[in-house]
This record gives sequence, structure tokens and C-alpha cells, in this order.
Amino acid sequence: MSKFAPKPAEMAAQMNQDYLVEKVKAHESDWMETPPEFRPGNWCYAPAPEVVESLGLDNPRKWSPDEEDWKLPADYKARIHQGMKERLDKNRAFKLFMDVCVRCGACADKCHFFLGTGDPKNMPVMRAELMRSVYRNDFTMAGKILKDWVGARKLTPEVVKEWFMYFYQCTECRRCSVFCPYGIDTAEITLMARELLHLLGVNINWILKPASDCNRTGNHLGIEPHTFTQVVESLVDDIEDVTGVSVNPTFNRKGAEVLFITPSGDAFAEPGLYTMMGYMLLFEHVGLDYTFSTYASEGGNFGLFTGNEVMKKLNAKMYHEAQRLGVKWILGGECGHMWRVVHQYMDTMNGPADFLETPINPITGTVFDFAKSTKMVHIAEFTADLIRNNKLKLDPKRNDHRVLTFHDSCNTSRGMGMIEEPRYILHKVANKFYEMPEKTIREQTFCCGSGSGLNTEEYMDIRMRGAFPRASAVKHVAERNGVNLLTAICAIDRVTLTAAMRYWNPGVEVSGLHELVGNALIMEGEKERDIDLREDDLELEEEE
Amino acid sequence: MSLEVNGVDIDLDEDGYLVDRNQWNEDIALALAKTEDVEMSEKHWEIVNFLRKYYEEYQIAPMVKILAKEVAKLNNIDKRESSKMLYNLFPSGPAKQACKIAGLPKPTGCV
Repeated sequence: MSKFAPKPAEMAAQMNQDYLVEKVKAHESDWMETPPEFRPGNWCYAPAPEVVESLGLDNPRKWSPDEEDWKLPADYKARIHQGMKERLDKNRAFKLFMDVCVRCGACADKCHFFLGTGDPKNMPVMRAELMRSVYRNDFTMAGKILKDWVGARKLTPEVVKEWFMYFYQCTECRRCSVFCPYGIDTAEITLMARELLHLLGVNINWILKPASDCNRTGNHLGIEPHTFTQVVESLVDDIEDVTGVSVNPTFNRKGAEVLFITPSGDAFAEPGLYTMMGYMLLFEHVGLDYTFSTYASEGGNFGLFTGNEVMKKLNAKMYHEAQRLGVKWILGGECGHMWRVVHQYMDTMNGPADFLETPINPITGTVFDFAKSTKMVHIAEFTADLIRNNKLKLDPKRNDHRVLTFHDSCNTSRGMGMIEEPRYILHKVANKFYEMPEKTIREQTFCCGSGSGLNTEEYMDIRMRGAFPRASAVKHVAERNGVNLLTAICAIDRVTLTAAMRYWNPGVEVSGLHELVGNALIMEGEKERDIDLREDDLELEEEE
Repeated sequence: MSLEVNGVDIDLDEDGYLVDRNQWNEDIALALAKTEDVEMSEKHWEIVNFLRKYYEEYQIAPMVKILAKEVAKLNNIDKRESSKMLYNLFPSGPAKQACKIAGLPKPTGCV
């Protein structure tokens, strides 16, 4: 259990109490006069100066959010004003979102952080108001004349601290946007706020370090090429132990038909690596001509959580590598935010990728027309197509020791609208699959509570509060249907939900989709399968 | 944060990991083990030494699965037993505790 979060029972009691406390507080002082309170578990560490420098960002220095003096640049007000002006001119969505909200309140109770903390500033409308108030003061006539009568206020160091607290207490999950009658996208506002805070050197290590590592080595974990190869080869040995089948991945192979890119967490973190084993079994099963790259060895893009420029640069490396290797198209693994970047930003940032071909599934002949611009296909789309064309031999009974439910990852469901493909696959590879309540899945899915680069240990208190709505829905199906496995198609989900399940629902494990595909695949020349990819026994234990 | 070892102040990060990996020596390892309530035995040292060797070669701490395989090999036991053994030796998790004692940095990203 983390030292940065109380025990679950204490947390639950606190959560009940906090609702009352926050209600009282809200009446005691106006929100503008209520400063943020930094306590262990509710803020993330600042990045080391050399990390900030390596990304070319401003004001590298040693500082900590729990200290009084944040060592802001002397001209901090001018920097924010200028930064806002530039973004308002360039980004029409930002300008619209600053002006258009009518405060109807539809978003208020849709945020997992509001539900888990009871803090009014976590209502999406209020989160945006933290910035709109400064926008009104600096950029609108009414604000300049009528000041706080129309909700305008000046930027102060306290406001900077408040922005830092609440724009890093948003996971850019966009659940609130589903309910907003104007379609205001809070994630875009948070993205802008984080960019503006960079101008002052106010940011967090857990986002900038992976972005910096990816810039240097090609992946968030900073895995060097020979290490990446060693890790994958080690998983190849494990596959042979379980199935008796030897798979033969290649690395940096020029002329392969497909470049396969997945989050580095799949190569390096449990339980993601079991999903990596599943991918390799699948590719062997259908004889796909593919290669890994030790340079484009990261599907994720912590640039999305940093700012547009970093996002663009990290996204470009995948396409450079595809061009260098001369592949036809890119197949992407189970990642969340990677797909948001590819689906919503890639085309105007770095596209179109006309040096690649419109993806065609070489096994079924299906043309993935929807990917004709980005040239990138999600593995769930690829596998669903294989199954639909009867190209996979599957034995779903091999997942009978699991009773599963599916967590829609925010970025694949709301960010790219991929909702049916994973479910179609799950129904074919497993027999016991139960959905969580309707308002917590599909496009209304609840965030894991730690997305957008907040999956760090020192943030555990807020993370477990943010995970509470998702965990409650899992608890519902665990109690009703005996669910013991939560499946998700995102590497961040796989690690953050593992922590959340241990905390709120002990006994429920977490897996990727292709781990279950790997279990079910009947491989040519395999030995008798009595264990799954985790090397757990396949048969359910007999109940006494 | 810092830690006094043999009269010298050693810099640690916010979570108590060694800032400068090159400062590491066995006395510092013992002091770090103490911060984690781990009493170092021969088996503990075997793992710490493997971690350091792996880091030298690969510039990152090995994932637990690879560590468990190595421990299985060293002790001539199967992978399940070795995983159990690792958690017995380092109760708060071998990745976190053993790496800290070996003076390796924490990983960041989707982990």
C-alpha cells in the first residue's frame, strides 16, 4: 500500500466527510479567495532542471510545489498574457471555449475527480472558470471595466498555483464533453493551461521525464535498442515455455510489410507484457510479415500531455521510421492516448503520410479505407477483421478460469469511437464476459483516474479518489457476476487499474485484450496448454 | 533528502533513491536497506549484484519477470517459487525495494 494514500476504509470515511467539509467551505469563502492546499498525495514532483532543458522548455530550476516560493520568472504575468494571446489567435476552439459556456451545470457531476474529491473546483465548469476568469480580465471589455462583477480576476502567484493543482487534476478524459450541450472540450482547455504553465517552468516530472526519454531513445522508459531486443527475446522464451511454439520477431528489418508499434509498457510492465506475448502469438498464427523497431519503440506520446510541439515531434518519429524501413503501413498496439494523437492530430500535424500505402490486411484482403490518411490501423480492428474472415483458430474455453468485464479506455472510445471491435473479439475468445452498467461504459466510460501522465506514486491519494467511480462499477459486476478480470486496451490503464483494483477491489486482476487472444489461439504444433500466458493453471480450482 | 553514511551526506531523491548512481558502495546499500526495513542476507546481495550487473549492460533495471528467471536459475528452482522468494526477500516489491538498495533510478512512463 502506498504511503501517499490512506487505507481504503479511511479513504472511504474521509470521502464522505469531505463532501460536507467542502460544502461548508464553499459557503465560508468565495472560490476566488480559497487558495489551493498542497498536502502529501495531492501533487506531483517537479521535474529535474536537466529534463526541462532537454525539451527546450523555460525556467529550468530546482523547486517543489509544497514550498511557498515557486521561483516563477519575474515577468510571469506578461508571459501568460502573451501566451494566451498567441493561442487565442491560433486556436479557434480555445477562443470559443473561453467565451461560450452558459454554466448550465450538465458537466458538474460527470468528472471522476469531482466525484472522488467533492472539491467544487473539480467540476469541469469551474476548472475552466479558473482560466476564463483571467481571460475575461485580460481580453474582454466587460472584464476590464466591471472586474469581479463579471467574474474577472488578475493573475497572481496564487492563481498560478491553483491552475497547477487543477489542470493537473484533470486527466483530459473528455467525459464531461459528452454531456456538454455546446461540446466544450475540457481536455483542450487543460492542454492550453499546461502549455501556458510551461512558459513559467511549472510542470511535473512524471510527464516531462518520459517525453524527454522518448525524445532521446525512442520510448518513454528510456530503453536502449539492445535492451528492447533482449526484453522481447526473453518474452519469446516465455511463450515457448507456455505453448511449445517458437515465435520469431524481427527488429528494424527493412522491407517488412508492416511496422508494429506498441507502448513500451507492453514490453516492460506487468501485466502489459502478457499482451505483448499475445501479439506475437497472433502474428505467428497468421504469418504476418512484420517488424519491431528499436527506435520507434513507443506508441504512446507523452507529448500530448505536454504540449503541441513535443507531441508533434514524438509522433513524427513513428512515420520517419516507417519511411526509413520502407514498410507499407503501420499496425499499432493497445495504447490509449497514442490513438487520440493519431486519430485527431496526426493528419494536420505531420500528415498526410503519402509515402506509405493505404493499409490492406494481407491475410484477408480487407482494405482499411478509414486509415488511408494516417496509414495506421489499431490491432483490435486488425484482429476483429481476422476473426470475421475466419482466419483464427480459437478455443475460448482457455479463458474459462476468468470472468471478465471490459473497461473502455477514454482515448479509444471517446477519442476514436472504437467501441464494438474489442467487444466482438472478447465474445470470440472468452465465454464469460459481463458488461458494467451502461452509464459507465462505451462513450460514457469512466477514466482510470490516473491518465494523461498522472500515474505516479506520489499522487496516489488523488489517483485512488479519481479511480473510485470506475472501481465502483467493477465492484458491481464483481459482486453480481463474479467478475475477476478487468480487460482494457491501454497501457496506462493496465498499470493504473491494477493499482486501483488492489486498492478498491482486491481479487480483481487486470489484463490486455490480446493476452486473452493469445490464450485462446490454437497454434500449429503447440503442446498441450495447461497454463495461460501468466503461467497460471487453466482449470478452475475445485471448490471444496 | 539525504542519508549520512560514514560521516558523508549522500543525496537522495524525494522517494529516497540514490541521486548519483556512481556513489554507490556496500555501506550505502546497507544504509538504504535500513530505510526499507530490509536486513541484507547473502540472497539479498546476490539479487542486488545481479541488478547492478544488468543495469551496467542495459541501462535500465530489469523487469520483475527477468529478475525472477535469473533467481530461478541461480537457486535451481522454478519460476513460481523464485517469484515467491523475491517477494519474501523484498516484501514491498522487488522492483521498488531491491532497485533502491542497488542504487538504481526509478522507471517512469506507463509503468
